[in-house]
Parts: sequence; structure tokens; C-alpha cells
Amino acid sequence: MNFATRLLLELQETTLLAARAFRGIFKRPRYIPETIAQMDAIGVGSLTIIILTGFFTGGVLTVQTFPTLKSYGAQSQTGYLVAVSLVRELGPVLCALMVTGRVGSAISAELGSMVVSQQIDAMRALGTDPIRKLVAPRLWALLVSLPLLTVLADVLGIFGGWVTAVALYSVSSSTFISAVRDGITTDDLIGGVVKPLVFSLIIGTIACRQGLSTEGGTVGVGRSTTRAVVNASIIVIIADYFLAKALQVILGTS
Amino acid sequence: MSAEIHISSSTISEQAAESTFHEVDDRERAIPAIEFRNVVLAFDDRIILNNLSFKVMKGETKIILGGSGGGKSTIIKLVLGLLKPDEGQVLVEGEDVTNYSEDQMMKVRKNIGMVFQEGALFDSLSVYDNVAFRLHEQGVPEDEVEPEVRRMLRFVNLEDAIEKMPIELSGGMRRRVGIARALVGDPKIVLFDEPTAGLDPPTARTICELAMKLRDLEDVSSIFVTHEMNNLQYICSEYAVVDEDGKVVFEREGERLCLINSKVMMMKEGKVIFSGTDEALRRAEDPYIQRFLRGH
Repeated sequence: MNFATRLLLELQETTLLAARAFRGIFKRPRYIPETIAQMDAIGVGSLTIIILTGFFTGGVLTVQTFPTLKSYGAQSQTGYLVAVSLVRELGPVLCALMVTGRVGSAISAELGSMVVSQQIDAMRALGTDPIRKLVAPRLWALLVSLPLLTVLADVLGIFGGWVTAVALYSVSSSTFISAVRDGITTDDLIGGVVKPLVFSLIIGTIACRQGLSTEGGTVGVGRSTTRAVVNASIIVIIADYFLAKALQVILGTS
Repeated sequence: MSAEIHISSSTISEQAAESTFHEVDDRERAIPAIEFRNVVLAFDDRIILNNLSFKVMKGETKIILGGSGGGKSTIIKLVLGLLKPDEGQVLVEGEDVTNYSEDQMMKVRKNIGMVFQEGALFDSLSVYDNVAFRLHEQGVPEDEVEPEVRRMLRFVNLEDAIEKMPIELSGGMRRRVGIARALVGDPKIVLFDEPTAGLDPPTARTICELAMKLRDLEDVSSIFVTHEMNNLQYICSEYAVVDEDGKVVFEREGERLCLINSKVMMMKEGKVIFSGTDEALRRAEDPYIQRFLRGH
């Protein structure tokens, strides 16, 4: 099988998996406790890394941009630049990449281990659809958690930028906050939530697909985990490019 | 040696086995629990099953023997619809399930128990939750689940392990929990995929006794995939009865009756090279069968 055929086959299987998972949402039994448990593992479990990532990204944005802005006499716009960069781009993408590393790998490894130890076959043999029981709750949990984590990363990023601007560069607090308010528009906020929704679908379906298609024992689990993280990360970045342009066209900001 | 040659040289006990189903005044029993009709399955260029046909009658245990990679476990996956054949038909309780969708197969699977080679217990669930899995999925109230789980764990002599996690169990205990899980809901078909592989002889004997109890006391039809001759010896020459004290005991064939509800099928490279009773298997002249029986 050549590369193009493999790629198309993989795309087809991943799309079918997502479609089956969403179809399953509307049928009984509904796995609400499993979905809540996944939200806890994915959302609450990722809080620490998202807080740290958001705060320090905002901080470093201030560190890198303040001297340049100052040379143009535009240092009062630091808050504007930090907020727009974070809400439009860095918040959604960095959050998605961090969640891919932490959650995507865990989903793929867990499902992969279940495949090689025949637990998935056992589940099917017991009359339970693993896509509804395992995939759908993880997708739902990502769809709810990632936008919330992104909003948190944005807020903490702006906070990190504010702390840095005020503490290191003596920018007044009111100047920074007013620049932030000027910078963020409703369109930015819409884009900042739509992007993580799409990213969560990408991360969830790719991680679940890679996990469920694991072959070759424990070595295979390692391979599928690596593939899940690499593929999801690359596709998130590619999707971000097209989403950014699509949102500009849809929201009329291009 | 082909299956046909063995059938033509059938013994009196084999003929008796055939006649049983004519004499029983119940048409349902004449429908095979499992039937394969000219099943072909290949992965890429490798043929796994080559025009395979066989039947498992109601209450019968079909022991499938053969070396590793001979397609034995694949048969079980086909019965459950975990794999689909390239050609031919798979019938369960007379129903052609060959082209059933995953949703349709879910209903068929609810009437089949499956025991996996390593137990395939869910690592994140306790023994109780593993055994109760099917009932929890069906939304059965908890006050009905617990007695059923305890009944099944008593059947496999593991009631004491009810609170344990799978990681705390030995290999034999894991298989027995796997059997208890497979038997919840009293399925009339149970599939065993090398359930004694890697176990010490006494534990392997315990697993075989459970299979015999299902066959003789619960009227369960089963496929027992194995490559161990001890399993064949136990299942084909002993039967379970309940004695005067209500205890289950195992008696040897010939003491009071002759076992007719266990058949052997031997496979090699995806083909059936023998089908019949264990006595006929031991008389077979095929060099592969003889080498398999002798172990060298």
C-alpha cells in the first residue's frame, strides 16, 4: 500500500470513528459517569500544565515585545499585543499542543494496552460497543475541557504579561489593562473558542484511532502513542492555519 | 487424512452421537448452536481458514486442536463477529450472522460467553465489577447484580476474591474470573480460547472441570480451543454429575455411560484434517496427528 492510499485509508477510518462516536451519543446507554470521569482526568488533570504554560507564555511575550515596542514609542500597547497574540493564536494552539502531549498520549496508550491485552475484544464480546463506551466519553470530555482550558490559559497569559510589564518594565497597571480591552474584540473571542473545539476533535479522534488500531504488543503501544502525538500536533498546527483564514473570511475581518 | 475418511469409518459411539438428535423430541435441539459453511478467511496473501465447514450441536463441546497459527482462535473471533469471513457463512443458533452489522452482532453476543487466553479482565475494574460488567451495561439494578455476581464467583470457587483487583490475582484466578464473567446471563454458548495456556496442571484441570460442568450440568454448547492434550483427555473421558450430597463430582467415561457430546476437530494451516471422537483421533494414521498426540 503506497503512502497516498494509506493516508486516505487512515483519514477514512478516523472520520468513521468520529462519526460512530457522535452517533453513539444519542443512543442508550449514555455513559455520563465515564464522561465526567474523563472530564476530571482531561480537564482538571491538565490544569497545572495549562496554568504554567499560560502564565509564562504571557510573561515571555511581554519580555520579548516590550523593548521593540519601546523603540517605536509604543510601549503602552504591550497589553494590546499580549492579549491579541494570546487570544487569537498562542492560547488555543499552545493549549492544544500541551493537551496533545499529556492527554492524547494517555488516551492512545490506554486504548492500545487494552487492544493488546484483548480487553477491547472482551468488551465487544460482552455486547458493549467500545466506541460508545470509550471513545465517545473521551471526545465529549475534550470538547468541553479544551475550550475552558484555553480560556484559562488566555486569562493567565494576560495576567503573566501584566505581572511582567508592571514588575519589570514599570508599565502602569491601568495602561496595560486598557490596552488589553482595546485589543480584544468579540471576533477574537469567538475565534478563541471555535479553534479549541476543532482541535479537541482532532486530538480525540486521532488519539483514539491510533490507540484502537494498535498492533504488535507492547512495542506497538509505544508506536501508536508516538504516532498519536506527532500526527495530532502536526494536524493541529496545519488546521490552525486554515481555521485562522476561514474565521477571518466568515467573521469579515480579512 | 481428511475428515470424510473418518466419518466413513465412524464407530458405534459416533453413530450413537448422530442418532441422539433424531430421537430427542425437540426440533430446536436439531438446529446447530454454531455452524460454519465453507468459510474462507485470508489476511493479505496469507490464507487463515480454507473452506472450513463444521457444526457444534446443542449441548456439545467441540474441542479444536492444532498448532499455533493454525487458525483456531480465528474461528472464535468469527463466531463473535470480531472478524468477518471473506467467503462462506457463519450461523449462530440457526441465524446467519455473516453480514450482520456491529449493532446487530451486539445482540447476538449477549447470548454468547467468551473466555480469553489471558482472561482479558478490565484492569481498572475490581473482580466484582468485571463479573458484573454485562449486567451494569444492561442497567440491571445493583440489588440484583450482587447475588448474580456471587453465584458466578461461587461457580468458579472465587467468591473470596470479589473485592480484589485483577493485578492481585494469579494467572489461574484471572482465567476463572474470566469464566465467571463470561457466564453471567447464563449464555447457552461459551467459547474458550486456549483457557489453560501457561497454567500449571492442577489449575488447568480446574478450568477443564468448569468446562465439563457447563457441558454436563448446564447444557451449554461450547468451542474449546486448545493445543494441550491433557485438556482433551479430561474433557473427552470424564463427565460431571451431582452426587447424593449435592456435590459436583467427576466420573470417568465407561463407569456408567459413554460420552457422546464432546467432539474433536483438528486443524492444520487453516484446514480441518480430522473431525470425530477422541477415540478416532487416537487411531488416526496421519503423521501430523500422531506427532501432535505423542508430543514429538
